[in-house]
Amino acid sequence: MLWEIDIYPKLGQTDARAVEVLTEARALGIGNDATEVRSCHGYLLQGDLTRQQAERVARELLADLVVERPVVFPVAEAAEGEAGETLVQVLPKPGVMDPVANSALKAIQEMEIPVEAVRTFRKFYLRGLDEGQREKLCWKILANDAIEQVVVGPFTFEHLEVGSPYVFQRVTVPIREMSDEELKKLAIQGQLYLSLVEMQTIQKHFQDLGRDPTDVELETIAQTWSEHCSHKTLAGRIAYRDERQERTFQNMLKETIFASTQTIRKNWGEKDWCVSVFADNAGVVTFDDAYNICFKVETHNHPSALEPYGGANTGIGGVIRDPMGTGMGAKPVCNTDVFCFAPPEMSLESLPVGVLHPKRVMRGVVSGVRDYGNRMGIPTVNGAVYFDERYLGNPLVYCGNVGLIPVDKSFKKTHPNDLIVAMGGRTGRDGIHGATFSSAELTHESETLSGGAVQIGNAITEKMVLDILLEARDRGLYTAVTDCGAGGFSSAVGEMGEEIGAEVWLDKIPLKYEGLSYSEMWISEAQERMVFSVPEEKWPELQALCDSEGVEAVVIGRFVPTGRLQLQYQGTQVADITMDFMHHGRPPVVREAVYTPPTEVPMEVPVKEDYTDDLEKILGSYNVASKHWVVRQYDHEVQGGSAVKPLVGVNNDGPGDASVVRPRVDTMQGIVLSCGMNPYYGDYDTYWMAASAIDEALRNAVAVGADPGKIAILDNFCWGNTDRPETLGSLVRSAIACHDMAIALETPFVSGKDSLNNEFRPAGQEPISIPPSLLISAMGQVADVRACVTMDLKEAGNVLYLAGTTREELGGSHFGLIHGKKGGAVPKVDFATTKATLAGIHRAIQAGAVRACHDLSEGGLAVAAAEMAFAGELGVTLELGKVPYEGESKPETDAILLFSESNTRFLCEVAPEKEADFLKALEGVPTAKVGAVNDTDSMVVLGTDGNRVVISADWKALKEAWLKPLDWK
Amino acid sequence: MTPNVLILRAPGTNCDLETAYAFEKAGATTERIHINRLLENPTLFEPFQILCFPGGFSYGDDVASGRILANQIRFHLAEQLQAFRDAGKLILGICNGFQVLVKTGLLFPVDEPEGPWATLAWNDCGRFQDRWVELTVHPQSKNVFLRGLERMYIPMAHAEGRFVTRDAQTLAQLEANGQIALQYSPLTMPRWEDASEKYDANGILAFPDNPNGAIANIAGVGDETGRVLGLMPHPERHIDATQHPQWTRRREQPGEGECLQVFRNAVEFFR
Repeated sequence: MLWEIDIYPKLGQTDARAVEVLTEARALGIGNDATEVRSCHGYLLQGDLTRQQAERVARELLADLVVERPVVFPVAEAAEGEAGETLVQVLPKPGVMDPVANSALKAIQEMEIPVEAVRTFRKFYLRGLDEGQREKLCWKILANDAIEQVVVGPFTFEHLEVGSPYVFQRVTVPIREMSDEELKKLAIQGQLYLSLVEMQTIQKHFQDLGRDPTDVELETIAQTWSEHCSHKTLAGRIAYRDERQERTFQNMLKETIFASTQTIRKNWGEKDWCVSVFADNAGVVTFDDAYNICFKVETHNHPSALEPYGGANTGIGGVIRDPMGTGMGAKPVCNTDVFCFAPPEMSLESLPVGVLHPKRVMRGVVSGVRDYGNRMGIPTVNGAVYFDERYLGNPLVYCGNVGLIPVDKSFKKTHPNDLIVAMGGRTGRDGIHGATFSSAELTHESETLSGGAVQIGNAITEKMVLDILLEARDRGLYTAVTDCGAGGFSSAVGEMGEEIGAEVWLDKIPLKYEGLSYSEMWISEAQERMVFSVPEEKWPELQALCDSEGVEAVVIGRFVPTGRLQLQYQGTQVADITMDFMHHGRPPVVREAVYTPPTEVPMEVPVKEDYTDDLEKILGSYNVASKHWVVRQYDHEVQGGSAVKPLVGVNNDGPGDASVVRPRVDTMQGIVLSCGMNPYYGDYDTYWMAASAIDEALRNAVAVGADPGKIAILDNFCWGNTDRPETLGSLVRSAIACHDMAIALETPFVSGKDSLNNEFRPAGQEPISIPPSLLISAMGQVADVRACVTMDLKEAGNVLYLAGTTREELGGSHFGLIHGKKGGAVPKVDFATTKATLAGIHRAIQAGAVRACHDLSEGGLAVAAAEMAFAGELGVTLELGKVPYEGESKPETDAILLFSESNTRFLCEVAPEKEADFLKALEGVPTAKVGAVNDTDSMVVLGTDGNRVVISADWKALKEAWLKPLDWK
Repeated sequence: MTPNVLILRAPGTNCDLETAYAFEKAGATTERIHINRLLENPTLFEPFQILCFPGGFSYGDDVASGRILANQIRFHLAEQLQAFRDAGKLILGICNGFQVLVKTGLLFPVDEPEGPWATLAWNDCGRFQDRWVELTVHPQSKNVFLRGLERMYIPMAHAEGRFVTRDAQTLAQLEANGQIALQYSPLTMPRWEDASEKYDANGILAFPDNPNGAIANIAGVGDETGRVLGLMPHPERHIDATQHPQWTRRREQPGEGECLQVFRNAVEFFR
């Protein structure tokens, strides 16, 4: 029998869900003043239980009787809403992860009440909406078709079962006889997303073997060869040319970014502090005598476009498994998250079909990261949000994680004859074709085509696995571990067994529900799974440990020294491929790449008497505005190591440059996490965009106290369709910049990832490509966090020094943005000066000569000074005539000195008695005293002529302008 | 004697390590034990003097925060817990631990026909918040953990922390029993604001000073003996000077964070 338990807010309690729905409906222009909504949530319970038992479950488990009122009845007796109301119910589609239902089921069973299955739902009673508006409300606000179903009226079904028994049937694909046309068709319809040349290579391979492949063999090869898993474009052959050079790469990434790290390490010799780079799931560097630290950033863009909550949720869940699967397993100690969205104020009418509203995307993404990161108990300490219209159909979600790993556990090695053990979540139909899907372009039909690639995570399953993993690691119960990410078991087992060979018994894989084919079991990307290689004699102890905390672990095969991947289902072989063909059989991808820098046209810089208004506008622009609405939803202090928080200052709301955490609470050594990115510069020159992103990430880290001699960086390239030579050219050019900058600054890249084909094709239109989006994430270190500084001004009477040279570089600037002006020179980096400046600032901080330090980025000097003032709630004066400037002649207007975004500049607050120390530390770096701190409420800037005021503002008003744009309820 | 602290773990507990560290820094010894071990063998409680329910998301906070773990205790370990307290020992619940304690019946009755005395409901702002708050120790509090403390600057990080009682009489009863332990108070005022304007007609302090809208601004509640304390904010996150969000503004750093005293009080109780 099926019972329904509805849980309403008690009389006098706010119906928060209904209020939220109404607010969002108003914002999107759905309904009118007569529109009313009330809501409840509930549970469906299937089992042979009495009314009394159902009532007990409601009262003792499901409802909080202080604030909630449960209503219990058999589903068959379910009623409509009151007169004039339409009942709309939203529930997860069958098979979609429903963590609350899972937990409720276990808890009910512990009460010894006979319930077999549980599902949750949300219920809405709508009034005052016509059918069209109701439909709109359902799909724009209440539900997401990618994972949820909507039922109008009471439930009519009688059972909750998911899946039906699977009847085994070995499937072969007659590829040997196919024409090129048929091969192409197979690649698309089978969602293999392989090129014709690749399909032909597979065909040839099986012709030589004298047999046709099985479906799972094809799937395995497609996943191993997918862009997502093999990075074939960037690691492939590229013929590149730009205005300066022509170059042919055999492996572009290896010859640019990897090569720079190798050069740096070679030069360092014994002082090399890299441990494992571009090899494992995360890049590893030294930390202290006992521990190393590792860092990885991934993207989860396409799933987040379709289901923002689930996409971001599994994005952070997935990247946390990277450090967990690095070496013998690291303990995750902090997260970073960077997002790119379209501006949130778009009207519903202007949205193309198949695109979610940017505000909904942003809310969903932030909640997804929040719910996973917070539940894992990992502080989310760093991040950024960028807005540009080109991210409308294809938002970007970068998630990163840092892990702490014992020095002697930093490497792994699978041994022949080790057992293959799967641990954690069960396998379902979710996430199928995620790896191949993430390498394809999004269209307005993506949702229907790839619904299976969208998932919801269950953080607690992952947390339970983490608890076991750390204990098992320290007891030495396995020889290697990796995460099940894109490509599922196929990719995890394939990687671990690459040098050995593996035999897998697919029927042993624990399933969420019946009905999966052997092929689906193998390629499913269900979340929260890790794969271990376990020596046979250790298995009983590992199994007992897992049992003791209720974690599921199962032997699914063995690494056998055959050099082949062999899959069996109930004793029948369903795949037999050589590891060599899987990992080395892919034909090289050869691409052409061209870059022509746009001709530099000067910006017509608006010349004004007073720039106060401009400053306020830049502070209120989305990219610069406070992200406190996001930051406060993340627990950034769990684990107890927080030393510099993301928001700083008198009122804990100033924009810190970087965060600092102590990964070990028993020592004072810290990790500094920061990032740099500026998609606007890419419209001018992707070389200088990349160099600027690195510069920004480094100066953010150095501004709080990181040692510039020990910062590891990561690259994450998100680009449009690189089949176009110009698009690929713009990427190659930025990779070359990464190489040059890394070597010049001796800052090694230790890991990275790319995501190509970030385009959205609205129905019947040309695709919209995202702007070139290179995120640089930096992981720095401080020997003692007590030496760190923050950006808020500290004391009246102190003086302000500006270190670094200002140039006329307004190309891609926020000053240009607010005036709608294009053109101008994009900020460049003077490599030699940059290194000296970073070192000088670090020396000054170490000498205790800096009370506050802030880097100059979007909005330049004016924005930096304003932020320092309102974060410290102190007044500030600046004299533009004192600013170190470099140019052919004097700057034509004060706007250049105020708003130019030249790289490698810091504004520092120095106590008068420390001025000599400060200047000594910065010897050789262009540095000048440009202002002072006072205890007024004002920010006053004198123009170059020395007596004209060009900005005069109350910093409280500036702060208000900065806090407001993203201060959502 | 040096008290031994049982830090109770469950699936989803995630503040166990730093809470253990705080107790150790205060002079105790600690052991982290999984709830499954206690369910198998309830006598495991015996050698301990202090029981701590740390923060986290036990069982994902699925259904309601702390509910599933609280039910396991209520249905299987209620007697042992009662006996632990009656033996003159101490119990501390932080954040999720408080959410669990509230639902176990150890702080106040939860199985009266009119329903439980109180609960921790969703924050008024509707979402998770991580921010620092100012707490005042209630003048009538007799709680062991708060001895010698009048106030604390401390971080909170939760979505379900709005303390709400069944009715006004219940609230009055808690107050009469001396059970109200900690209340949210106005943060240090900017010079142009007036503290009295921060309270509404019901005496509830405005967001974010009271970050969740709790009735009577209640952040922590004790039992009638004063040996059990539950609180939403995290004292284990302010035991070092550098955990303070504005430590870089200070010229000199204190030797420890303001909340270490909570743990030291527990240790000294057994000295």
